[in-house]
Amino acid sequence: MTLAAATNEHLASISNTLIYSSMAVYTLAFFAYIAEWLFGSRSKVGRTAAALTGAERTAAAPAVTVRQAGGTAVLERPKVVVRSASGARDVPDGPGAHGGDEQGDLYGRIAISLTVLAFLVELGGVVARAASVERAPWGNMYEFNITFSTVAVGVYLGLLALKKNVRWLGLFLTTTVLLDLGLAVTVLYTASDQLVPALHSYWLYIHVSTAIFCGAVFYVGAVATILYLFKDSYENKLQAGGKPGKFATSVLERLPASASLDKFAYRVNAAVFPLWTFTIIAGAIWAGDAWGRYWNWDPKETWSFITWIAYACYLHARATAGWKGRKAAYLAMLAFACWLFNYYGVNIFVSGKHSYAGV
Amino acid sequence: MSNTDIDKSPEQEDLGAAGSRLSTAPREETANVPGFGVVGWVRWFWRQLTSMRVALLLLLLLSLGAIPGSLIPQTSADASKVEDFRAAHGTLAPVYDKLGLFHVYSSVWFSAIYILLFVSLIGCIVPRTWQFVGQLRGRPPAAPKRLTRLPAYTTWRTEADPEQVHEAALALLKKRRFRAHRTGDAVAAEKGYLRELGNLVFHVALIVLLVAFASGQLYKSDGTKLMVEGDGFSNALPQYDDFKSGSLFQTDELVPFSFDLKDFEGTYEVSGPNKGTPRTYEAKIRYSEGAYGKKKPTTVKVNEPLKIGDSKVYLVSHGYAPVVTVRDGRGKVVFQDAVPLLPLDGNVTSNGVIKVMDDYRDGRGKKDQLGFQAFFVPTFDPKSGTMLSQFPALLNPLLAVNAYHGDLGVNSGIPQSVYQLDKKHMKAFKDSKGKLLKKLLQPGDTLKLPDGAGSITFEKDVKEWAGFEIVQEPGSGWALGGALAAIFGLAASLFIQRRRVWVRAVRGADGVTVVEMAGLGRSESAKVPEELGDLAGILYDQAPGAPDPGDDPAATPDPQAVPAEGAEK
Ligand code: HEM
Repeated sequence: MTLAAATNEHLASISNTLIYSSMAVYTLAFFAYIAEWLFGSRSKVGRTAAALTGAERTAAAPAVTVRQAGGTAVLERPKVVVRSASGARDVPDGPGAHGGDEQGDLYGRIAISLTVLAFLVELGGVVARAASVERAPWGNMYEFNITFSTVAVGVYLGLLALKKNVRWLGLFLTTTVLLDLGLAVTVLYTASDQLVPALHSYWLYIHVSTAIFCGAVFYVGAVATILYLFKDSYENKLQAGGKPGKFATSVLERLPASASLDKFAYRVNAAVFPLWTFTIIAGAIWAGDAWGRYWNWDPKETWSFITWIAYACYLHARATAGWKGRKAAYLAMLAFACWLFNYYGVNIFVSGKHSYAGV
Repeated sequence: MSNTDIDKSPEQEDLGAAGSRLSTAPREETANVPGFGVVGWVRWFWRQLTSMRVALLLLLLLSLGAIPGSLIPQTSADASKVEDFRAAHGTLAPVYDKLGLFHVYSSVWFSAIYILLFVSLIGCIVPRTWQFVGQLRGRPPAAPKRLTRLPAYTTWRTEADPEQVHEAALALLKKRRFRAHRTGDAVAAEKGYLRELGNLVFHVALIVLLVAFASGQLYKSDGTKLMVEGDGFSNALPQYDDFKSGSLFQTDELVPFSFDLKDFEGTYEVSGPNKGTPRTYEAKIRYSEGAYGKKKPTTVKVNEPLKIGDSKVYLVSHGYAPVVTVRDGRGKVVFQDAVPLLPLDGNVTSNGVIKVMDDYRDGRGKKDQLGFQAFFVPTFDPKSGTMLSQFPALLNPLLAVNAYHGDLGVNSGIPQSVYQLDKKHMKAFKDSKGKLLKKLLQPGDTLKLPDGAGSITFEKDVKEWAGFEIVQEPGSGWALGGALAAIFGLAASLFIQRRRVWVRAVRGADGVTVVEMAGLGRSESAKVPEELGDLAGILYDQAPGAPDPGDDPAATPDPQAVPAEGAEK
């Protein structure tokens, strides 16, 4: 064995160790998030119900206030009053998983710190893997999975760093990241391997990296959409005078209002849609260089196209009266299901068994 | 009221009018019953077809319709898989055939979906474009009566003159590149028209893409050519091994060029678990454009085709071509050439045939024909005990041949593969023990045929061959242009907010001016209140606040009235 190969195998084993370590840290983060939710459940929050059933809505407050300071009147700048569009429910956002509980908040912060740590460790694992195969770490499903979860967590942390109200995503995200990594290290593991000439192309870097990024962001959008559907039913029930279960109340009260979740999901999906479009086009350009035809209707291409159309449907639905809200959310779920199938389904069922398995 | 473009209906000052036409999306019409007669029905049908709801359904149908093609084998992708499927599913296959499921993307029903979608798209774009032009020529609608009802609102009292406030607001908004104008007691402004433009560009780009794609299919040509090192090719129909073209393609549309293959090089991983995995493939060629162009050297690699005009030359396959000499009974050389053999596995174990047709005389001087079956391994490893190659590069080449004589059948008129031997009218040469004559040849070795029938020599020269695919697909430039326009249009359409701002200043009964500002976005965006706050801040500096007569110093805005979004900043 040559020296280079030995270094590579060494790096590959470092990468494996890092990935396993990150799983351990994610697990700790997972428990910390659970603690945050548990402590949060002690607090009494019933703001949604209050807002929906309360008789008097707060009127638009006067925007200018005069404060007496040292005898002279100092006028504050006018404040902007925001209200939702007519017809929409005016429900305040929940306080987050900690529910305003101090200890819960502390655990939440610990969870986020642990998530950051796990993210860094996992990132190290991905980088070591890349170094061991001397290429970008996305040549097979194992590498795709570890990169994907790293990017998804990165997106989450990025949104947090931008001070977006996304802390409530933490538990759902770490749960799926653990599933994703578990799948990667058990079922999908592939010893490190270099690429065949057909994959030697800078379009690979462009196409696959944007695909992974889009997937991670679509994933965040999908989580928000699911939570929106729950929260929306919850609010509907309250509005109709129903009394939701205790557990549902405890969890859903702490989430943002359904309108906020819906808006968040829309923004996230809409923001990556152009990038997803670009991903498909980059893939087509690459196919044009590698196979001589830029569009072949091969299963991967077809499912990317289907996913794209499904997201276009969703965006159209949002712009169409009568399709907003739940119906559009179902379309968004469908679109993400297409994305998932394109990744797992096509890799496992379609190309693996000569394109007619599953029929 | 001043000269605004909006209709003077009673609701003119309602939020509805102020919020109208923030987009050119068609309004959803509720189940309107078609009028009488054919015209009524046609109009009804057209309105349905171009509605957003139907566009949505057609989009859903398109994505559903694309699914079977990804699960059922397609003739266009792999005809042999379709045959396998037919053989395996006797009852299902005819049904699939009827439904066109073996060629979904060119089937009648799939075409119907996308053609309807594109008719709908055109029917949608044209009126929207007119409407958009109308909006550009008109002016932002006047302020609604009750600005407090808008999604973002702010107000303050000032000593400044209403006229002054209006002037300042107009100047500020114009500086911020709003389209702003005075309407009665307020300033109305709007910004973000690029969103609508982007949306229209995107939808038009989709049409461009489709047309480019369709014309590419109709005019394209696609052929393959196998070339041994040293061979030449010029781009004309008879030179291809295999050629397909779209239904509107004409042979004189082939881009004139020619090239010679100088050298093919493949490198492979030499050690480790991936030993033998290809690393690079390169074909060194010399090409010339046009009929008499100057020869230029270049390299064609996988992923890096040679582009000449609309034509692209791809490197798609490679293999070995051992040089073989065949002598006849008289000792005369009747065949000497590199024989391209087809790879059977990743380590380029290859096979093929050598056909000697003319000029050959057997041991007794009689005319005959010879056929050899050749089996070749670039790296033979005696330890492996198999005739399978152990490595894809030429490390220890070995050629195994067996020989036949008789009628090759090449003159029977039935087209024959150059890689197969039709042994119907041929007899195998036997060795002295009566067994099939065969021999493993190392470079330089010769196999003598019995009865002085001649010999075959594996020369010390193994050439490589490269398979090229030459594709000509006009319109791919348009497709690329359309795709880029689509991305930029889409980005503009999704990231740019179209929004309106109104500023109203009215002198109250107490002589103090009340300034009200309100903002409205097409969708509820955090940016609208942020921007409004920003504008209000600047305007406030120019028209500073005056204390409220009955102001309570402790009163601060109720935090509940400022939900998280607006409070972000
Ligand atoms: C070929 C299939 C089509 C695709 C892939 C597609 C895609 C899209 C996308 C991604 C958007 C989102 C942009 C935004 O929200 O501003 C959009 C908006 C829009 N599309 Fe399409 N579209 C298609 C066909 C159509 C058709 C047939 C119509 C007309 C009936 C149409 C009318 C519209 C309108 C009016 C908007 C803007 C809605 C708004 O202002 O928010 N589209 N389209």
